[in-house]
Amino acid sequence: MSPLKISWKSIWSKPLSSALNMMLVAFGTGILTLLLLASAQISDKLNNNSKDIDLVIGAKGSPLQLILSSIYYIDFPTGNIPQKDADALAHNPWVKRAVPLALGDNYNGIRIVGTDSNFAALYKLQIQEGKLWSGDFETTIGADVARTQQLKVGDSFYGAHGLTGTTDIHKAHAYKVAGILSPQGNVTDNLILTNISSVWKMHDPEEEHDHSKAEDPTAAAEIQDREITSLLIQYRSPMAVVMFPRMVNQSTNLQAASPAQESTRLFSLIGVGVDTLQWFAVLIMLIAAISVFVNLYNSLKERSYDLAIMRTLGASRTKLFLIVIIEGMLLTLAGTVIGIALGHAALGLISHFQESSQAKLNGLLFLKDEIYLLIAGLLIGIFASVIPAIQAYSANISKILSKN
Amino acid sequence: MIELKSVAHTYSGTQAIKFRDWKINNGEQWLLLGGSGSGKTTLLHILTGILKPEIGKVFIEDTSIYELTSRKLDQFRGRHIGIIFQRPHLIKSLTIAENLILAQTFAGLKTDQERVTEVLASLDIDHKMHAYPATLSQGQLQRVSIARAVVNRPALLIADEPTSSLDDKNAFAVLDLLLQQSGLNQATLVVATHDKRVKDAFTNTYELI
Repeated sequence: MSPLKISWKSIWSKPLSSALNMMLVAFGTGILTLLLLASAQISDKLNNNSKDIDLVIGAKGSPLQLILSSIYYIDFPTGNIPQKDADALAHNPWVKRAVPLALGDNYNGIRIVGTDSNFAALYKLQIQEGKLWSGDFETTIGADVARTQQLKVGDSFYGAHGLTGTTDIHKAHAYKVAGILSPQGNVTDNLILTNISSVWKMHDPEEEHDHSKAEDPTAAAEIQDREITSLLIQYRSPMAVVMFPRMVNQSTNLQAASPAQESTRLFSLIGVGVDTLQWFAVLIMLIAAISVFVNLYNSLKERSYDLAIMRTLGASRTKLFLIVIIEGMLLTLAGTVIGIALGHAALGLISHFQESSQAKLNGLLFLKDEIYLLIAGLLIGIFASVIPAIQAYSANISKILSKN
Repeated sequence: MIELKSVAHTYSGTQAIKFRDWKINNGEQWLLLGGSGSGKTTLLHILTGILKPEIGKVFIEDTSIYELTSRKLDQFRGRHIGIIFQRPHLIKSLTIAENLILAQTFAGLKTDQERVTEVLASLDIDHKMHAYPATLSQGQLQRVSIARAVVNRPALLIADEPTSSLDDKNAFAVLDLLLQQSGLNQATLVVATHDKRVKDAFTNTYELI
């Protein structure tokens, strides 16, 4: 009979206190796992979506809001900017690529984005079926949109005004699905892409009331007075990092915001909460360690006679040491494994109830860092059981046996 | 053969207890008599390799047991000495059979399920093999603890006050079992007691004064 089996059976002989200890460890590990997974996935999503975008230009307001609305499609836009100002900036020599965005409508909560072919180049979009949008009211939809809304190439649908809500529907024109993107692993999976003039035409007051004038020959001429929501910029040279935003902020009526900076700022804001939770989880783990220690220490008092008997049966000091250490390690290791599973389950649950499809978390993704949690669990087990184990090791069995 | 040679032991702050030399031949059955406080338990612990005496040597089968390393001594004890305590202490988290298997593995022997069954059967307790100690009566537990002591066929079987907490009927029953088991396993038997009731069953007596 191995020490492992003896420890195992000893744990099962007192199920309540063992379960309590495991739960404490599991709770602490669960919170840590959840934090680890969520922050890794969020920062991954943030970086993945903004990796090729150096700057966002939009209306004055909160730079964070501008980034959130134009890169992550989660907040409301700051306002509109004149198309001609945007065009002027797009032709600046520092700019390698400028992607205009026109937001304002949604279809069942999925944002309809008016943009041009630069968008496809910026995100390196791949078509799975059909083609990219070209004419008015033609759309190319993300892979997730196709799946969740059950849209196929050739289907048509009506957009609704605003970024959420389905009350104010633009009945004048129907969008048509021209193509479906292959899954990109970023925001574009959850967007409906169309051209900018479609968005304008949707909102043209004349057209909304006059169905016969659907094809307006003067539309192109009017573009000069039109507005867009924002402009995504890719720099031509690193020099622009310093100069270009300053130029925009000072010499125009527009605002420039850097995704990298704003993401960092956002993270430092969330970071306080994450840090607090992390310390809280560490505290729980510490309490768990102390609880395992007290449990082993107390049970050792009861078991000192058992252990002395084991010695008389021929078990060496080292074996008793092992039996106690293994018991502590089994408890915390089981707790850690349960905790990691709990963390994943909790994240899965959160993602199930998440409304925003853009920041969707995944509970089934495993991280390399979780290995460290397992190691930490083992260390806590050793830490909690080393003193009782040393006591078992150095016990004077003659004294224990003669006491009874 | 077991031999005690000029052994004495002192607990800190008390007078030294000196033990007369003692020679036990194989297969003999001895009674170790002495009132409480006479050093009976001390001598038993010295005899079983649990307590190293300050002076003197203990030989079991030509081995001077206190010259062994701690680890070797533990194993020697497990293999050659079976101990029955006043109260039957079994490991609560293990079944009866597992308690006996534990004695086998701790002594460094292979698990021998047949031997376990055989010993339990000879003590008429084999039907409780897969039960946990908490479900057995005191008398049944006493028999299991005898089974555990003899499972490795020890050369020396030592019982510490096995009858003192029992009534007449049970005391003689346990004594019979001890004598029978030591005969069955060809083990030398030493019974330490202050219980005069069992005196007549033994021809050899070592008395502490």
